[in-house]
Order: sequence, then C-alpha cells, then structure tokens
Amino acid sequence: MSRNLYDVLGLFVSVCFIMALKGLSSPKSARRGNLIGAFGATVATVLVFFEPGSSHHHIALILGAVLFGVVVGVPAARKIQMTQMPQLVALFNGVGGGAAALVAIVEYLKLGSTASTPDVVATVFTVIVGCVSFSGSIITFLKLQELMTTRPVVFPGGRFVIAGTLVGVLGTAGWVINSLGTAPLLIMGALALAFGVLFVLPVGGADVPIVISLLNAFTGLTVAASGYVLQATLLIVAGTLVGASGTILTRLMATAMGRSLFGTLFGAFTAKPQAISEAGEARPVKSGSAEDVAILLNYAQRVVIVPGFGLAVAQAQHTVREMADLLTSKGIDVAYGIHPVAGRMPGHMNVLLAEANVPYEQLVEMEEINPTFPQTDVVLVVGANDVVNPAAKTTPGCPIYGMPILDVAQAGNVIFLKRSMRPGFAGIENELLYDAKTTLLFGDAKESLTKVVSALKNL
Amino acid sequence: MSNGLALLSIFVLSVFIGFEVVSKVSTTLHTPLMSGANAIHGIILVGAITVADRAANNLQLILAIIAVVLATINMVGGFVVTDRMLEMFKGKPRAAKSEAGDSK
Repeated sequence: MSRNLYDVLGLFVSVCFIMALKGLSSPKSARRGNLIGAFGATVATVLVFFEPGSSHHHIALILGAVLFGVVVGVPAARKIQMTQMPQLVALFNGVGGGAAALVAIVEYLKLGSTASTPDVVATVFTVIVGCVSFSGSIITFLKLQELMTTRPVVFPGGRFVIAGTLVGVLGTAGWVINSLGTAPLLIMGALALAFGVLFVLPVGGADVPIVISLLNAFTGLTVAASGYVLQATLLIVAGTLVGASGTILTRLMATAMGRSLFGTLFGAFTAKPQAISEAGEARPVKSGSAEDVAILLNYAQRVVIVPGFGLAVAQAQHTVREMADLLTSKGIDVAYGIHPVAGRMPGHMNVLLAEANVPYEQLVEMEEINPTFPQTDVVLVVGANDVVNPAAKTTPGCPIYGMPILDVAQAGNVIFLKRSMRPGFAGIENELLYDAKTTLLFGDAKESLTKVVSALKNL
Repeated sequence: MSNGLALLSIFVLSVFIGFEVVSKVSTTLHTPLMSGANAIHGIILVGAITVADRAANNLQLILAIIAVVLATINMVGGFVVTDRMLEMFKGKPRAAKSEAGDSK
C-alpha cells in the first residue's frame, strides 16, 4: 500500500471518530455514532497491518494478542450488569492508559540515545499520565465495586505525601530528559503509579464519576502524545479529540452535580479527615409495614417515585413499573423524579429504567420535578439516599454540600424503602429519615415492592 | 513547515474540534458519551501493533504484546458496552410508547 493511500485512509478514520463523538451528543444519533466509531476503529486496526514499511515479523503473535483481547473484552462488556457498568468503563479506561504507557516505554527503549528532546518529552508525558490513569482507574474500579471503602480515604499528612510524590515524579521526569536512561524512566513510572493511587484515594463517593471522566480525558491525551512519538497522525487526532471532549464532559458533569471541578481535582490536597457521623440507630425512626405504605399510596393523588442505586441493585426496576402501572390504573398521577446522578453516573438511572420499559415521559428531570413536590402527596424513595439528603443544603462542609438535591421534604409524606439504616454511597447520615412525615419500610427493595403491590391489589 | 510543527497544528485544531462537538450534550447522554470516548482512545491499539511489529528484542516484544492485549480490551469492550447502553435509548425521545428495549 502506498504511503499516500495509507494516510488518506487514516484521515477517513479520523473523520469517523469526529462523527462518532458528534453523534454521541444527541439521543437520536447516539447509537449510530457509536457504530461509526467502531467501524472507524476496525478500519484503522486492519489498516495498520498494511502500513508501508511494516516487517510482519511477529504478525501471528500480534493477531493472537488481538484475539485474546477480544475474547476477554467482549464477554465482559456483554455480560456485565447495567448496575456495574461505571466500574467497567473505569477498568477499560485504565487498561487503555496502561497500553499507552507501555507503547511509549517500548518506543523509548528502541530509540535509546537517538531520541530527540521533543520525543523524550512526549514519552515522559505519556508514561506519567498513562500510569496515573492506569492506577487511578483501578482505584475507582475498586471503590465502585465496593471492594474497598467508598468514603474518602484521608490519612494524616496525606497531602504532604501526595505533594512529595508529585515532586518526585517531576524530578525524575527532568532526570529522564537529561540522562536518557532506562532506570530513571522506570522509577518515574513507578512514582506516577503511586501518584495515581494517592490522587484518587481521597475522592469520595459522589465525585468518583467525575474522576473517571477526567482520567478518561487524561488517557486521550496520552494517546495523542504517543501518536507524536510514533509520528502517527491518527493517534494524535483521536487522542486529542477524546482529551478535549473529555475535559468538557468532565466540566459539564461537575456542573450537573453542583461540584467544583477545582475542588474535586485538588481535593487530594485540601481534604481533611472528617468526623465519622455517629451511628443513628439510637434515634427513633418511624417504620411501617407494606400495608401502611399501600394505604398511603392508595389515597394519594400524586405520587413521585425517586429511584436510586438500591433499586438497581435489587433488580426492582420491573416491580416498580408494575406498581406504577397499578397506581396509574387507579387514577393516581405517577412520575419518576430522576436526579442527574442517580445511580453511579450521570444518566445511569435513565439507562436502568429504560431497560425495564418505563415510559420515557414519566421520567422527569430534577429541575422540572422539584417545583411540583409541594403538590405531591407521597414520595416513594426506592434505594436512594444521597440525592435526597437535605445535608447537601444545610450542612456546609459535608462531602455532598452544594450538590443539587431532589427536594422531597416538601411533599406530604415521604416513604423510604431501605435495606438498613446504613448511609448512602457518600457515607453521610440523612436527617430526613428522622423526620415526622417519613415512613421507613425496611427490606430488599424488590421484596418490599412486591409486598406493596399485593397489598395495593387487596385494597 | 517542519514535521513536528505539522503534528502540533493537527493537535491544536483537534482540541478545538473536540471542544466543539460535545459542547451541548444532555446529562442523559453523559455516561454513554464518556464510554464512547473511552472506546475511541482504544485506538492506541494501532500504536501498540506498530511498536510490536518493530520490536527489536524480546523485552520490547513482550511489553508491546501486553499493550496490544490491553488496548484491544479497551477498544472492543468499550464499543460493545456503549452499544449496550444506547440500545436502551432507541426511539427516544418522546416516541417511547411501545419500545421493547429487550435486554440480554
């Protein structure tokens, strides 16, 4: 294949990626956009085997590695439950960052002392950011999978350790650029890995999706930098697109959640160990039976359901729809109040409810539903906590302070379906649980809802 | 224009395109968009295959092959999981009455 043809096809793939991102920004064209992106990526992967000047020495090994990657990646993506999807995205992002760092290391080893200064700088950048993205993503994965605590991990003097590590990374980077040695590069990589861990550890619950988005943008930039080292235009374009759009997306997400991006990014440096709120079990709460809940619902005129991650975990989407249908058939006005970050990520809950065929027009976004709460008789909170926690408004300094919430306290009655008194993902006590108009129904969300449905049928 | 400068120009222009294409996106699509962008940076696979092809010794080859595996997982898995998410949005918005978002 001639160099020109190869480059033209590469340009075609770049255009595919731009179309893909453009498509993904609108609901109508999103799926098509993703397919265009996948098509472009496939073309690029086939194309690289025909790159002029390639040796084909290790073609069997390379094809085997690609096949192995497909065998691992596709079933993971196919089988994952929608509830666990954010951590899968984090994991995919992490391995991408790791791959970019490895590519830069190999190219560096090959160039040896012939590397030009711009190449070395780009390599250093790729290795640092790729390593941070890799280890940081692994930590976000562990947090979301709840394999480790979801609370911010802060230790005394933590910020000095983090700052020290960062200085170490930058210092070794200068060393690499000056001495062109292999050992400094590896030390720098190890320090960058440690920095990734330290950077993500102090990030708590609700901020984790923002960090995933940010690391995603980081990985994009590392891909662009490795494209510079390899003189591959396509990598530069694709990586930069992801880096730039990822940065915007991170900012949009932070705004939607009412978080300051700066605060999230530098939380590592400013976080202070916070007093763990005392166990709330000692205070009285009003718990009711499924029948009590059914009666409350039956005599309401307007019911708003606030779904949270607990609903998804219990796989109760279908039961909640059954209950909503039953209430609608009794002439009760039913709507779902969807918080932008209900679930684990912005838009996550819309995906989960769409999976259960909940009619799209019943899903009402936060800004639209909030003014209607004073006219709402009953709010049914199913497995949600942080998104209705008034502490976001009333308690400056708590991790979710400033996050916009669903104002359910304005409604006549609030019913919480909860498994236990355990606080939500952000780990903050919810005062609303102790309010006089709140009724709690303990148990698995799906079982509780099934009981409520049968009680409703008997009324 | 030197080669390095040409690459730099491409970089700068791509930054602006990247900003532009996603400037207006609803919160509903944040997750799929992030996931889709995540799949696109799996294109590092092309770089991984290139360095594997040129590997001069076994150490370089082994590292490059690991990079190929990781990049493939990123790219293929990323596109598949994004498609699964978007499968549930089909026909949206408004005309969602009898959509059967049949999931596996």
